[in-house]
Amino acid sequence: MSDPKKIHIEDVYKVYDGRAVLDNVDLCVSAGEFCALVGPSGCGKSTLLRLILGQEQPSRGSVLIEGQAAGFPDPRRGIVFQRYSLYPHLTVLDNVLLGRRLAQPWSWLPWSKPRPDDRDEAMDLLERVRLGDAAAKFPHELSGGMQQRVAIAQALIMKPPVLLMDEPFGALDPDTREDLQVFLLELWERERLTMFFVTHDLEEACFLGTRLLVLSQYYTDARGADAPRGGKIVADYRLSPTGTATAVKRRDEFKNFIHELRETGFDPAIRRHVKDFDLEHPDSFQTLTAEEYRRDGEKSAGNP
Amino acid sequence: MPTPKFWGLNARPSTWLRYTLAALPFLLAVLAYAVASDLRHADNPDDKLLPGLGQMIDAVKQVALVPDKRTGQVVLWHDTLASLTRLGEGVGLALVLALLSGLNIGLFPGLSALFSGFLVVVSMIPPLAILPILFISLGVDEAAKVALIFIGTYPVLTRDITLAVRAIPTEQIVKSATLGASATALVYRIVLPQILPRALESLRLVLGGAWLFLISAEAIAATEGLGYRIFLVRRYLAMDTIIPYVAWITLLGFLFDYLLRFCNRRLFRWYGDKA
Ligand SMILES: Nc1ncnc2c1ncn2[C@@H]1O[C@H](COP(=O)(O)OP(=O)(O)OP(=O)(O)O)[C@@H](O)[C@H]1O
Ligand SMILES: [Mg+2]
Repeated sequence: MSDPKKIHIEDVYKVYDGRAVLDNVDLCVSAGEFCALVGPSGCGKSTLLRLILGQEQPSRGSVLIEGQAAGFPDPRRGIVFQRYSLYPHLTVLDNVLLGRRLAQPWSWLPWSKPRPDDRDEAMDLLERVRLGDAAAKFPHELSGGMQQRVAIAQALIMKPPVLLMDEPFGALDPDTREDLQVFLLELWERERLTMFFVTHDLEEACFLGTRLLVLSQYYTDARGADAPRGGKIVADYRLSPTGTATAVKRRDEFKNFIHELRETGFDPAIRRHVKDFDLEHPDSFQTLTAEEYRRDGEKSAGNP
Repeated sequence: MPTPKFWGLNARPSTWLRYTLAALPFLLAVLAYAVASDLRHADNPDDKLLPGLGQMIDAVKQVALVPDKRTGQVVLWHDTLASLTRLGEGVGLALVLALLSGLNIGLFPGLSALFSGFLVVVSMIPPLAILPILFISLGVDEAAKVALIFIGTYPVLTRDITLAVRAIPTEQIVKSATLGASATALVYRIVLPQILPRALESLRLVLGGAWLFLISAEAIAATEGLGYRIFLVRRYLAMDTIIPYVAWITLLGFLFDYLLRFCNRRLFRWYGDKA
């Protein structure tokens, strides 16, 4: 590959206790994309994110980051979790600086000072997340929304090729949440980040994403009606940028689209066949196994 | 409705009442002792069991101010120095090694698999039961006493530190790897500073045990030390020396506890505020 994609996942299975949580997942993400991943609870969203992060290894299949095996967690991926991203014993500034100081030999000595450039950069990042005043505070002195902004700054200082987020705004009240959504969009535009954002909030996903992925275990294939099925990407849309005005959320098309989405993947009663998934995004691809592909009654088999 | 001062779940004692209440049990204990001592002395002026305050002050002067005729040393300070040296060596060694092993066992699954079970079993050995083994193998000098204190405190400290390390959210550990932390950096730069206040808290708790082991070892084989002295003068029923010694040991224990708590609050502001 001349220009490796930021994320390339092919034929990935993840099995827990004999049960497949991810079931032959394929996914490819280009640079600069804001991917939003939604799906019913327990479909394996966090599992997929942990595979990309390297926190867990696939049972089968390959996960590549910029063409290299994902391996274990390292600076090729930044991460913002829903909670516990900050180090309670470090001030806000030191939390943001941590990535830089870890790269500096001897910086563990209690009297070592951060390099002035690093300090300036961290302060600059803190200004950008509008927390310049809080630099000397400890994480427990901040509100939940402020903590998440620090966590984002902390991840950004590494300039990660891919920034992963697992329900980063899940524990926040609706106003703070909307505030941070706008903030994140601005940041994404300015920094040209590649984002992989997991949420269970469809509205949030449609507002933020340039690409919307639906992961779900509610689909059918040729393996028989009662066969256990793990999560698959059942829909993959390209979204037109909404801009940073939250008013768009109140528009009818927006609401209709979300309503439509609820029927793909979120309702156990409505299942599509693997060949009929809405995979309209240009990066989307699907490698089906012979068992999955054969339509009921058909004899032919094979990969398309 | 007025808030009750003392009775019931909703009581809010005022500040001065709080201090008075705190002092009350001490005063009552001293009073009870004084009355009992007086009664016995009225019966038998030579009573040695419950010496009066005057007798004890005389005895304290003897050990704390007057140098011993034979050795030229002031007994109380000499004993205190000897005992605190043993305590410091044993507990200090236990703390440093417990930090090192607790951190590594708590973070590295391989090391945990190797040592966790062993530690649990070792911590079940009653330290006093192996004191004879220590005396036989290490001799009756300092080494055996320090070793007893070490063996009595190290396993508990290590287990507690291991638990504290395991309680650190996985998210933090994964995040540190994405920030470029090596395994060593994770252990000593991210996890160690976080569990240090907890380690000092466990130290406060094991100090009581450490005193127990110190005094037991000194009682059995020593030529100086607070425990040695108490058991020595026991032969002469010298309650007037024993009681002040016990009070002194208690005071020392209290001071160390207070000092550790003070350090925790001063050095780890983030920890105190959070709790
Ligand atoms: N370490 C694990 N061991 C066993 N089972 C697991 C493990 N992690 C996840 N699972 C199972 O995998 C399934 C998917 O979990 P996952 O956390 O990925 O779901 P999710 O889509 O993120 O759900 P939610 O929306 O609730 O966050 C769940 O049924 C869960 O019980
Ligand atoms: Mg999840």
